[in-house]
Amino acid sequence: MTSFLPPAERIWWNEPVGRQELIWIGIALTWCLIMFAMMPIWHVYGKQNLSTEAYQTTPAAYGAKVQEMIDKYTVREEAGIPVVRPPAGSDVYMLGRLWQWWPILELQKDRSYRFHLSSMDYQHGFSLQPVNINLQVVPGYEMVINMTPDKAGVYGVICNEYCGIGHHTMVGKIYVEDK
Amino acid sequence: MSSFRQCPDSGFYFNSDAERLMKVNAVAGVVALLVAGILALGVVLTRWQEVHLLPADMFYQVLTAHGINALIFWVIFFEMAILHFASTTLLRCRLATPGWAWAGFFLMLIGAIMNNVAVFQGNSSVMMTSYVPMQAAPHFYLGLILFAVGALVQVFVFFGTLVIAHQEKTYEGSVPLVTFGAITAAIIAVFTIASGAIILVPTFLWSIGYINHIDAEMYRVIWWALGHSSQQINVAAHVAIWYLIAGILFGARPMSEKVSRFAYLLYIAFLQLASAHHILVDPGISTEWKIFNTSYAMYLAVLASMIHGLTVPGSIEVAQRQKGLTKGLFEWLRKAPWGNPVFSGMFISLVTFGFLGGITGVVMGTEQINLIIHNTIYVPAHFHATVVTGTTLAFMALTYLLIPVLFRRQMILPWLAKLQPYIFGGGMVVLILFMLGAGTLGVSRRHWDMDFTGAMLGFEYPGMAYTMMAIGSIGGVLAIVGGGAFLLITVGSLLFGKKLESSAGFLECFTGKALASSVYNVDKPEKLARAPKLEEQHHAAGSSGFEAPGTFVLALLLLVTFVVYYFINWKYLSSVWPMGS
Repeated sequence: MTSFLPPAERIWWNEPVGRQELIWIGIALTWCLIMFAMMPIWHVYGKQNLSTEAYQTTPAAYGAKVQEMIDKYTVREEAGIPVVRPPAGSDVYMLGRLWQWWPILELQKDRSYRFHLSSMDYQHGFSLQPVNINLQVVPGYEMVINMTPDKAGVYGVICNEYCGIGHHTMVGKIYVEDK
Repeated sequence: MSSFRQCPDSGFYFNSDAERLMKVNAVAGVVALLVAGILALGVVLTRWQEVHLLPADMFYQVLTAHGINALIFWVIFFEMAILHFASTTLLRCRLATPGWAWAGFFLMLIGAIMNNVAVFQGNSSVMMTSYVPMQAAPHFYLGLILFAVGALVQVFVFFGTLVIAHQEKTYEGSVPLVTFGAITAAIIAVFTIASGAIILVPTFLWSIGYINHIDAEMYRVIWWALGHSSQQINVAAHVAIWYLIAGILFGARPMSEKVSRFAYLLYIAFLQLASAHHILVDPGISTEWKIFNTSYAMYLAVLASMIHGLTVPGSIEVAQRQKGLTKGLFEWLRKAPWGNPVFSGMFISLVTFGFLGGITGVVMGTEQINLIIHNTIYVPAHFHATVVTGTTLAFMALTYLLIPVLFRRQMILPWLAKLQPYIFGGGMVVLILFMLGAGTLGVSRRHWDMDFTGAMLGFEYPGMAYTMMAIGSIGGVLAIVGGGAFLLITVGSLLFGKKLESSAGFLECFTGKALASSVYNVDKPEKLARAPKLEEQHHAAGSSGFEAPGTFVLALLLLVTFVVYYFINWKYLSSVWPMGS
């Protein structure tokens, strides 16, 4: 009389199913379908959806783009890192490398930016704190996300993909200004 | 010439070849668990910021070895023992090609040792995931490849044994449900190991210089078909263990063979899609691909787990009610053998897997919600609920059963064994809950220093994050004490436990010579009665098909928790910066 003996009927598919199980399967399946529907629904009505825009790139090519932005829009330096203030609504670039997020960005509240992200070496994890937005940064790929910072403040960028012995020192910064 | 013995206590038949392999695989697994457990102490005592025990390099090295030993070596070795048990013992069949099975075992053993040597030599602190382009020593990858090939060989021996059992008609009708679950695990294992070979073989060739580039994104997509699917072997296996323990302790039979087996078929069809869970915030992956895969095609594998979540405790409830424990909704549960570690381990495994592991897994595997969870310490909290309190605790419960049945030893320290599932499970639950909380506050996984000492720019986590990491770590230490108690009881019983009659010693496993002929007294499989099938089911009178009302209430409780927690996370997501394409 147990689960480790062969079933009473060789063709077990023919066994009857109790009412309780049928009801539970019905409830569980309904819940599964609701959860499945939530993702496309959020794409239509929600505001937090990750873009799928991405390009293959090389560290050299991506590094050049970042440098171009830095040359144009640097407003000051902080701890030897350029602080860049690109025009609202423009393309902004950040790169991850051992062990730095480069450069520091200064953005305006409630303005949208085309935010580009890539790695120069290993994989890194872009973890914007304390809002807690987390993105995987993969060498060879340039990700483009439309982001609209909606709260002013100073944000930390933590690396949350292990990238070697100095991983914990890889901290960047983004300023969001209320203008 | 293979022969059989019957365990006088449980009535199980053990084939002499298969029994040796069960023992060596189980023992190798427990050794890997021991290594993983010792290393776990280094991990939790470093992440507890006020203690911060290890230096950075050693922390990452220890974390790498902890992950691989626990998530790969421990569970897969033990699963090989389960496969041999579910085929030879439950079907009363001889083992197909024992020589190949031994070859597979030794390949696994060599692979596991080689990989550990690579990590402890210090140039392979690349985490379990070994994401390219960070490179480990060649024997790091080679060890994993050998281990995988060995596992594949043993899985095919399992399939061969099923064929023999079928041809020699060693059982009546169809295979039992537990064996069906083991077959599910084995099929997922083949998929997993094939994916591992596809990505690890080129990575090995890259590490010795034959290939000069491996695309980092491609690596992630394929590696996770190994990394996540290997944990799905565990799910299929530990659900089978739940059914087995329910059957042995309570004489429980499946509420419906059709429902439980259909749920397993859903696992086979859909569980492997879960590698997508790790790719949700990666560059350039299409939305449609993410939604379809991350939801196991409309959450059909989640449906399967929700079904098992009802039918496993439901089968226990039905069996208990037939014994007269019919008062109210929960007398069957209240009067369950809570002092028996086989039961308490199994039941804590069931509850924590559902309430903690299952719910958090679905939530963070939701395409958009992953944005606020990816790579935070929420992730290890989730998989400690699935792999540690879920799989590991189920395997521990089974081990308590196997000490007398398979190893023929009386368990030592029974009072400690009684407490062990509560210490281990309780400690783990604390660790899981507080790491979930810390992850929600943005604390990173795989991170040596949440103070960011030496960073040019600083960031400060809220004080609550430190408190949560500290409390979680205390839970972790408690769980390690519980794990140590398990190892003490298990190893102690094998070495010093009173020998029960008709026992075959462990060391004889390797030689096979000294096995007393009196032990394996059933020489020929022909003499063995075929595994008898279950009798026709008699539904309890007057139940109108609602045989397990208490379980139904528990299942509804799970559902309500699930729904509330799911929408709380959407609410939280809606508060972060708007993003779009």
